[in-house]
Amino acid sequence: MLQITNLHARVDDKSILRGINLSVKAGEVHAIMGPNGSGKSTLAGVLAGRDAYEVTDGSVTYKGQDLLELDPEERAREGLFLAFQYPVEIPGVNNAYFLKAALNAVRTHRGQPELDAMEFMALVKDKAKLLDMDSGLLSRPVNEGFSGGEKKRNEIFQMAVLEPTLCVLDETDSGLDIDALRIVAEGVNALRSPDRAVIVVTHYQRLLNYIVPDFVHVLSEGRIIKSGGKELALELEDKGYGWIEADGAAVARG
Amino acid sequence: MSTSTDTIEQLATQEYKYGFVTDVESEIVPRGLSEATVRAISQKKNEPEWLLEWRLRAFRAWLEMAEPAWHNVHYPAIDYQDIIYYSAPKPKKQLASMDEVDPEIRATFKKLGIPLDEQMRLSGIAVDAVFDSVSVATTFKDKLKDLGIIFCSFSEAVLEHPDLVRQYLGTVVPHTDNFFAALNSAVFSDGSFCYVPKGVRCPMELSTYFRINAKDTGQFERTLLVADEGAFVSYLEGCTAPIRDENQLHAAVVELVALDGATIKYSTVQNWYPGNKDGVGGIYNFVTKRGKAMANAKITWTQVETGSAITWKYPSCILQGDNAVGEFYSVAVTNNMQQADTGTKMVHLGKNTRSTIVSKGISAGKGQNTYRGLVKINKGAAGSRNYSQCDSLLIGDRCGAHTFPYIEVKNPSSTVEHEASTSKIGEDQIFYLRQRGLSTEDAVNMIVNGFCKEVFRELPMEFAVEAQKLLGISLEGSVG
Repeated sequence: MLQITNLHARVDDKSILRGINLSVKAGEVHAIMGPNGSGKSTLAGVLAGRDAYEVTDGSVTYKGQDLLELDPEERAREGLFLAFQYPVEIPGVNNAYFLKAALNAVRTHRGQPELDAMEFMALVKDKAKLLDMDSGLLSRPVNEGFSGGEKKRNEIFQMAVLEPTLCVLDETDSGLDIDALRIVAEGVNALRSPDRAVIVVTHYQRLLNYIVPDFVHVLSEGRIIKSGGKELALELEDKGYGWIEADGAAVARG
Repeated sequence: MSTSTDTIEQLATQEYKYGFVTDVESEIVPRGLSEATVRAISQKKNEPEWLLEWRLRAFRAWLEMAEPAWHNVHYPAIDYQDIIYYSAPKPKKQLASMDEVDPEIRATFKKLGIPLDEQMRLSGIAVDAVFDSVSVATTFKDKLKDLGIIFCSFSEAVLEHPDLVRQYLGTVVPHTDNFFAALNSAVFSDGSFCYVPKGVRCPMELSTYFRINAKDTGQFERTLLVADEGAFVSYLEGCTAPIRDENQLHAAVVELVALDGATIKYSTVQNWYPGNKDGVGGIYNFVTKRGKAMANAKITWTQVETGSAITWKYPSCILQGDNAVGEFYSVAVTNNMQQADTGTKMVHLGKNTRSTIVSKGISAGKGQNTYRGLVKINKGAAGSRNYSQCDSLLIGDRCGAHTFPYIEVKNPSSTVEHEASTSKIGEDQIFYLRQRGLSTEDAVNMIVNGFCKEVFRELPMEFAVEAQKLLGISLEGSVG
């Protein structure tokens, strides 16, 4: 589904990604871990098409298309969803109204008929239950006045409604207490399916207790320095990033 | 007062007396402004003597006045002698079919979702009697008549209801009020008149759309709305489609009179031609709007200003009676080279009078947007309250937002609150919405509409929908 090859990217004049290689197949869950500043969020941003990042080398193929050629909204309509680390507030714009517009943009792109207000509300009620969402949040302006937990839950809720094929979760666990973490993780798990891939970007192993990945990749200084199964995350938890970075450096030197 | 026949005769003689050339066929008064112009206009409209006198007083006052220079809008000097002051009906080319209409305008109509009949009418295509709204208008007129509501063109009112017009004309905006109002008083060509009798609730939104002779009221309109004691009326003004016009001066006056316990809601969606991207062409819109609210009366101004090269207007409320309420809700958009200097005046005279001001200014391109407001609480206005909120939204980094709030409080028992904010439309916000599948244009549209929500919800339903669409069109191409 997703093939990242030798991806290089920079912000302003600072190079952040320095040759990422990653292959993600449908049905898989990949965790990208790494210390602060290793390029995790940059990778998520580049995949979603954030303007601030400039790709200087490499390629990204998504469902057979050159992803980097697509505008952010085209990527979204093609089923790429980014759960933001810092969801943005849009004052005055009703959450449900926004989501209906987004869903219909995606549906139109897929050649499906737009949902009317009644059908949409029925769908939304269903999905809200999944995430234990207070239906009051639906009629409030997008993310405005939401608590940190509510914002993250709202991200996963949007994901559930939009039914993307590739979900990129950028530090979704940051700022969540344990209960919220569990609810969010359950929401993500409910979306796991053979046709859908998930990339979980996280600093801590904690989230991976709930969303159990098929693969774990460790990012350091813009490169994947180690890949493994779910046990790699536990090892990291135990030994810290220092261990693997030293190891990786040794590999690079050797 | 002389009878109308007498007046016509008098005016006819006057015409000869001044040796004024009048070509009745073309209905145009020669270029330039003099007493003769004023007389000619009055004569063409068969106006009574008192109205001619009123116009002449206004004209003489205007001669003594200087064009205001305190505003934050800049434009080349207007040559008042180079304007044709009366040209009704406007000599517009009648087009045979929609195919002859500028494709750009057609595209805009399509986006606005305006029905074909309406498109034809707005484009100046002859549709005449087959056009549905004509008969609709007549039906409404009968219904209104049953309730004693008078709703007609200003000219018609002058001839049919001279006493009412004479009683209220100039009582809110005097003929000497300001440079542009004086000019309007001297040369106004037509406009609307509405009277709602005591205790009557007008059962429908009144709008120029439903008025048969609304066509081509010209650049100097005058509107007078009187709601008698306990009456209610909601009035919609404006053109929600882009009527293209050459760069010209538009100086209108609107007077509202809300007698004891009456309510007037006055909603405007203004979308005159704003000029092109380089600031060529467009309307100079210098408008004086003011309402007087007597005891327990309420006046609400709601305006969405997206058009015009220059917008200069301050719909105001004189809260004269005790417990009177004044409200002003405004969205003003300036894109490309547009300039707006707009706001309101709330003058509290009566006890326990209340006013609310919510102003939303949006600047894009090189647009300059100024809020200018005065809250004045006089000595006698004990227990009065005002709440003002002025928010500005900037799109891009070449535009400007300016706020000039003036507050004068002469009564210690009154409360005045003022909140203001300026924000830039965030790249983050746009990216967030695009990441969910919305185009940049839709994203900006959504953010801007959210910003304006408090104002839009004051508009009647259909108007609010149109206003939202219009906002999107006005801001097209402002990002990216």
